Amino acid sequence: MVEFLQNIFTNDIVITVLLSAIPLVFIIAYVLVVLYTEMKISAHIQDRLAYMITGWHGVLQPIADMVKLLLKEDIIPERADRLLFRLAPYITFAATYATYAVIPFSSIYIGANIQLGAFFILASSSLVVIGILMAGWSSNNKWSLIGGLRSAAQMISYEIPTALAIIIAVVITGSMNLQDVTIFQDGGIQNWLIFGGPFPLTKKLLLLPFTIITFIILFIASIAEVNRTPFDLPEAESELVQGFFTEYSGLRFAMFYLSEYANLFVVSAVVVSLFLGGWSSPFGSFMSGPVWGIFWFVTKSYLLVMLQIWIRWTLPRIRVDQLMHVSWKVLTPWLFVCLLAVGGILVMV
Amino acid sequence: MKTVFQQSPTLPTDYTVAPGKITTTTGKTIRTEEMIINMGPQHPSTHGVLRLEIVVDGEIILDCIPHIGYLHRCFEKQAEHMTNYQQVIPYADRMDYCSAITNEWGYVLAVERMLKIEVPERVEYIRVIMAELQRIASHLIAVGTYAIDSGAYTPFLYCFIDREKILDLFEMTCGARLLYNYFWIGGLSHDLPPQFIEKAKEFCKYFRPRIKMVNDLFTYNEIFVKRTANVGVLPKDVAINYAVSGPQLRGSGVNWDLRRDDPYSVYHKFEWEPQVGKGEIGTVGDCWNRHIVRMREMEQSVNIIEQALAGLPSGDVQSAIPKRIRPEKDAEIYVRTESPRGELGYYIISDGSTSPFRVKARGPAFVNLSVLPEIVRGAMIADLILIAGSIDIVLGEVDR
Repeated sequence: MVEFLQNIFTNDIVITVLLSAIPLVFIIAYVLVVLYTEMKISAHIQDRLAYMITGWHGVLQPIADMVKLLLKEDIIPERADRLLFRLAPYITFAATYATYAVIPFSSIYIGANIQLGAFFILASSSLVVIGILMAGWSSNNKWSLIGGLRSAAQMISYEIPTALAIIIAVVITGSMNLQDVTIFQDGGIQNWLIFGGPFPLTKKLLLLPFTIITFIILFIASIAEVNRTPFDLPEAESELVQGFFTEYSGLRFAMFYLSEYANLFVVSAVVVSLFLGGWSSPFGSFMSGPVWGIFWFVTKSYLLVMLQIWIRWTLPRIRVDQLMHVSWKVLTPWLFVCLLAVGGILVMV
Repeated sequence: MKTVFQQSPTLPTDYTVAPGKITTTTGKTIRTEEMIINMGPQHPSTHGVLRLEIVVDGEIILDCIPHIGYLHRCFEKQAEHMTNYQQVIPYADRMDYCSAITNEWGYVLAVERMLKIEVPERVEYIRVIMAELQRIASHLIAVGTYAIDSGAYTPFLYCFIDREKILDLFEMTCGARLLYNYFWIGGLSHDLPPQFIEKAKEFCKYFRPRIKMVNDLFTYNEIFVKRTANVGVLPKDVAINYAVSGPQLRGSGVNWDLRRDDPYSVYHKFEWEPQVGKGEIGTVGDCWNRHIVRMREMEQSVNIIEQALAGLPSGDVQSAIPKRIRPEKDAEIYVRTESPRGELGYYIISDGSTSPFRVKARGPAFVNLSVLPEIVRGAMIADLILIAGSIDIVLGEVDR
């Protein structure tokens, strides 16, 4: 990809800007698609039709929504902390956007091929908390404040299981670079980490139960990371009105929305590249290649996003203390068990 | 003239949960500050315009003071100023707008007993059918909004699909979908339309599996059970002391249903049972038991409707009543009926003229709401929403 661009442009800065803009274009296109599919899926779950008027089956509705948000009056509460209030959505979005740098979309495209990719994702997704806390604090609204605090507590708690699950994948593959992790799993569905990775049969079967548990826990933790039902406490509509972005309107609200959906993709992408083979084709060499890679990667991530949407429109919300209980007393101990077992198997078998 | 505003009640000092304390490294104890939050009147889950002033320590509620009156429409004063008794019925409808039929039934029944009017049996049967349909519709709102309170949106829409079918039945009967003015003194405004019985039977058949579906999706959902079991426990004695009634009282294990215990109309002719919370999940009197009582009551209502439809006698739907209703001078009466929310009573005094001298309504939601501060202390903010939701208040009736 870089070589290809170098042939066209000679200036390095232009190439860097172009490369880093690709995810942004992707995010916007993807958010439109997910907004539409989420509305349609939720509607069909609930026995209704959702948008039907704007365009064929309402396909233009997400664009109309976006235009509406852009045209809305920008309101800043009178006694808000104006600087923090303005800054918060951008920090949140920037932190989310930064994680796209290390996501391997295809064998030829990864924003920054750094060795500590998985670590970078953890670090920069933690930055989202700062934006959320800023939004909650600066709004001068008690509901926002509670929402912000809940969000911070939740995200920090769920970083632990996420990090542990990523560590397990790293232990098996021996690399923190997501590109390397994906290459490690290349060669068909049987080589994916969720099914034990590309090892001899005995080792694979021994690893299998632990990798499946880790995968499930990582998926649960990632739902919690992006504050979706049943872990949507920070923006629990029935309790906290809208949580930390109660006071936001217009473009800033759109930024929060965008970063929420972008984050949704990031967590799915992490799960996919760690456990579901990333961009590699499930049929070995059939339908594989750089362009097919993008197809497989986006499809797999999209399916996980669909799963999250399905869960969201089915389950009620859990309570704050139960949330902490799940993270610290259920998920984390199980992951420690998995980590020990995986380490033991890798050393002994 | 100087206006004196009443001060808000002073906060109690004997909290059930001690306010948070932080012990510093030097051994000093710092008491953390509580925060007073205004919940409502514009809040998504106060079910109308209720305002709750809550004192919280972090997420834990130390105290809760309900402020009501935002929807006060002077029902009682308006009732005195009508030119005749019939004109009050539409106002009675508007008290509890989620179950208008049972509201007007209470009032109509009180006036009929005052005048000692006997209504034809067909009227009684139709009234029972209508009131039970209304009970299902009202419970569907209660269950559906409770689902929203707990964060699940889908059961809410399932409930509303079913409620829509009931409203269609009402629309077919009297043209209105929300506020009916269908029960008149001495009878009904008009008879049932010809297709009604068939449609109502169809609905009963359709509705039973739907109850099971909502139960499977929502009532026995692990997360929902975790959220509501053992939350907001209202013990039997406290419930009785606060004069709580309806599903909330039965949820606390008190077997008290006015349809059986202070009989009116033809309820004694049907086979049905008042449902009480048994505490098979959680403890008796918690949010989950209040919820399951409503779910089971809907089944019982379907039973009653089916029996009433099968035994519907023919005849007139209006009894002969005087053109001008004038009860005796100084006649008074208190009649209570079982509305979906509990004991709905009307106390009427007559001065011998064509309009009531005084109408006092005893709203169940108002009384049930009064127990809220008692059961939310020590719970979390998320619990408060669920506890308030399980009381099933309709602010129109709380404020009247």
